Amino acid sequence: MGATVVESKEMIATRVAYGKALAELGKENPNVVVLDADLCGSTQTKFFAKEFPDRFFNMGIAEQNMIGVAAGLSTCGKIPFASSFAMFAAGRAWEFVRNAVCHNKFNVKICATHAGLTVGEDGASHQIIEDLAIMRVIPGMTVIVPADATEAKLATFEIAKFVGPVYMRLGRSNVPVLFDEKDYKFEIGKAQVIKPGIDVSIFACGVMVSRALWAQELLQKEGISAEIINVSTIKPLDKETILASVRKTGCAVTCEEHNVIAGLGDAIAGILSEELPSPLKKIGVMDTFGQSGKGDELLIHYGLSKEKIAEAAKEVIKKTKG
Amino acid sequence: MPLTEKKHKELTEICKDLRKTILKMVNAQASGHPGGSMSACEIAAVLYFAVMNYDPKNPEKPDRDRLVVSKGHATPLVYSILAKAGYFKGDDLLTFRQLGSPYQGHTDRLRVPGVETSTGSLGQGSTFAVGAALGSRLNKFKNRIYLLQSDGELQEGSSWEAIMSAGHYHLGNLTAIVDRNRIQLDGWTEETMALEPIGKKYEAFNWHVQEVDGHNLNEIYDAILKTQEIGQKENKPCVIIAHTIKGKGVSFMEDQVKWHGVAPNDEELAKALKELV
Repeated sequence: MGATVVESKEMIATRVAYGKALAELGKENPNVVVLDADLCGSTQTKFFAKEFPDRFFNMGIAEQNMIGVAAGLSTCGKIPFASSFAMFAAGRAWEFVRNAVCHNKFNVKICATHAGLTVGEDGASHQIIEDLAIMRVIPGMTVIVPADATEAKLATFEIAKFVGPVYMRLGRSNVPVLFDEKDYKFEIGKAQVIKPGIDVSIFACGVMVSRALWAQELLQKEGISAEIINVSTIKPLDKETILASVRKTGCAVTCEEHNVIAGLGDAIAGILSEELPSPLKKIGVMDTFGQSGKGDELLIHYGLSKEKIAEAAKEVIKKTKG
Repeated sequence: MPLTEKKHKELTEICKDLRKTILKMVNAQASGHPGGSMSACEIAAVLYFAVMNYDPKNPEKPDRDRLVVSKGHATPLVYSILAKAGYFKGDDLLTFRQLGSPYQGHTDRLRVPGVETSTGSLGQGSTFAVGAALGSRLNKFKNRIYLLQSDGELQEGSSWEAIMSAGHYHLGNLTAIVDRNRIQLDGWTEETMALEPIGKKYEAFNWHVQEVDGHNLNEIYDAILKTQEIGQKENKPCVIIAHTIKGKGVSFMEDQVKWHGVAPNDEELAKALKELV
């Protein structure tokens, strides 16, 4: 499956696209209800809250209860979207997500914003770099990380149609708009080749998709053809697209705004080591806590940059081709 | 308004049967939680056989009355009463806790019809019940959500998050019943982590509070009817603190910490069953 990247200077945070999509979704589906934990101004559920006050529940600063209440609502024919910062929706409430939602196979959507380092100035206590790991290990959980505003919007509509628990990771900071709604199709469980290439496969999710595209430009200048794949569904992973790309290129780089332990990189490494052992290098946070700073600065500081991706690409190509 | 004499007699017999089945179930695999199942027999019997509207042939009927058992370890009670209520035959109840059995150690809604939500992790069922009550109200149903809480699980912070939100959202369609048997796994609740004053705590969260003898069928029944009335009139969630005895019905099991999560052996079972005739 492929998709085209658009030339655009527009920057929109995925949480903003989510918040607006949710308000639209509320119009077309009366069963959608939204819960928040005192952060609706930040998670952007405020648009829905304003339009549909009867279907919006502020649960206060109590994320465990929010998830349990969402589970209960789902048994009344509702489609609950529960939002908070990812640190708390995934971290604080993890055991409720596992037992109250997933073990019951309840139709709850956890849409968690402010994930990763790009929370920025709030610092390490809020910069969750473990959520993909702890969400993807829960049986039956679907895990989605939109790369841009377009994908965030389309994914919001898609997960409402999908029956079952979903975790969607959204960001605080503005990120480049990469896709045009008119020709971009988001499908749960499908990774998309967004720049074809032959020398190395670069798999990325979330904000790192734009970095991977920048790295692709750097590599191109050196005559290296990188294939960029947007892996917006972390679970279930699109094995077919991943293997098809690496069969062609022979090596892989993974990029995620997450701990390099147990996130996208390890998920792809797992598939490759079982089915197609190939040189692989992971770009991500090297098992360390973040700190305060501007989002973009932090990404560079922790090595989540186009330069590091390009270096990693050359390294794995060297291992493959000698 | 007390139960009719006939109903009272029927419920008394049901409770006796429940206790026998509970003991046989935990004895079969030498595993399970008899004490907190036996303390809540009267509460469950009144709910299923004198109060709630439900259809065992259609367990998912949207506007059914619902009992959420937040004390998910009380499975011997849950399965034996659901069988009695007609959700399933239950002739295989003694496979409880065996590999492949639908009767899991803690409730699993995907394996047993009539179970509203899988519980076992304490302090979680209460949050689910708040969601079910909110959803039922959104749907304009006339039903009621009943929530059976253990006393020990009130030590979980999430229990109070749920209680706070039920008060905040004026959930007049929610009745909680606390099985106040005063014992948790490690000992007396008041020695392990004191809960009193429980009633005042609920009151502070804007709940209507009643206290009853949790083994007195008439008291339980009247208190539940009162919650239906108060809930509707005052738009308040209601709690009934049911003072109970862990291991109730078997002399050597009553008020003994040991019987929270230990099963009687064959000899003890025989002795217990003799007391329950």
